[in-house]
Amino acid sequence: MRPPRLDQPFVTGVIKTAAGPVPRVSKVFSGTDRIGAFKVRWGIRRTRYRVDAGLYAIGEPTAESPVFVTANYKLTFDLLRRAIASIDGWILVLDTLGINVWCAAGKGTFGTDELVERIEASRLAGIVNHRKLILPQLGGPGVAGHEVKRRSGFQVVYGPVEAEEIPLFLEKGLKANERMRRKDFGFMERLALVPMEVVPAVRLGLPVAAGLFALCFLLGGLSLSRALECFAVPAGAIGTSILAGTVLTPVLLPWLPGRAFSVKGLVTGILSALLLIPLVRGSGVLETAFLLVSIPAMSAYLAMNFTGSSTFTSLSGVKKEMRFALPLEIGGVGAGLLMWIIALLGG
Amino acid sequence: MRPMVYLKDVVTLTHIPELCSGCGICLSVCPREVLQRLNGKVRIARRDACIECGACQRNCPHGAVTVKAGVGCASALINQMLGRKKACCVVGD
Repeated sequence: MRPPRLDQPFVTGVIKTAAGPVPRVSKVFSGTDRIGAFKVRWGIRRTRYRVDAGLYAIGEPTAESPVFVTANYKLTFDLLRRAIASIDGWILVLDTLGINVWCAAGKGTFGTDELVERIEASRLAGIVNHRKLILPQLGGPGVAGHEVKRRSGFQVVYGPVEAEEIPLFLEKGLKANERMRRKDFGFMERLALVPMEVVPAVRLGLPVAAGLFALCFLLGGLSLSRALECFAVPAGAIGTSILAGTVLTPVLLPWLPGRAFSVKGLVTGILSALLLIPLVRGSGVLETAFLLVSIPAMSAYLAMNFTGSSTFTSLSGVKKEMRFALPLEIGGVGAGLLMWIIALLGG
Repeated sequence: MRPMVYLKDVVTLTHIPELCSGCGICLSVCPREVLQRLNGKVRIARRDACIECGACQRNCPHGAVTVKAGVGCASALINQMLGRKKACCVVGD
């Protein structure tokens, strides 16, 4: 385990400690940090957005200063850095392979073993006098506090869910109130997740659209203008489904009927299809049926995939939802496709 | 607004009062206010709000809380079904 590199862009210097030099991080959230955060929200270089694991200093920490533990996803690290800019402390970054705290805890990389090893490798016991670590509460699924205590001598204190609450948590003597302990899923948080729903859906939709265009071209007598005319309907269906399943459903989530995400996606899908149908000029019964069946089915599927980004679904629940929803979604898309092909051959 | 709740009667959470010391660490790690202390005793108050993250089980020193922990993520289950082991979201076991 190597100590963190000093040439990382957010490192502004070095603090001398009994256990050797420790890099000090900048309190400023720079333009580069903002651009980086924007890019990963759109899935650009997301898995490589990492900082080196190990111990860092923020401000002018002493042997009495608090130690905050976090993940090495830079978006997470920056959130913590901003939240505790007013505090002198130590930041112990675990190697979570560039994954955020909650997901990494679920996989065990933000876990007891990694924490105990990182405490030793950073020689933390020689740097601070106290034996307390403040962990994000959402690290709980991966870290067994009592085991960390037994193996390292350090006591795990679970801090608030949100890093912004840390200053208040410290002020209250390391006590979290009910609000700090609860994971919400507000409008802005859901909105921030929309791009990462849209991008994979478009990646899935583009080759399908290309295939359907090729089919239009072949069956339309190799005429480009006729192919484009025929392609407009399925292209509209795919685009509308992506809008309904990956934008409208996440944004409107609490107000949509049903508990299963597929049901919520089905509702946005039906409403969107009803809005699209009058826009498709001169469509026959089969084409209308194609839109009414395939859009809700695709939207329901895409909405179902939002379960992983949401904060209130369980594995047992998702398994149950998929058992009834997935066959219907596949069946709906299949039936829609069949109707479209029949309409194409008939027309 | 009331917090959103997923499907009813599906979660695998159990609390075994005989093993519970009442230390309350499970209350601190639960992000969904599932467990509650009533007259000094810990109990499951909002079962359907549980997301099976496993934080309570992992941190209980006495094995008094059990849950089949996992992540409620459809893409992970689909990746598993398709045998995509390298995808970033895969369900273990």
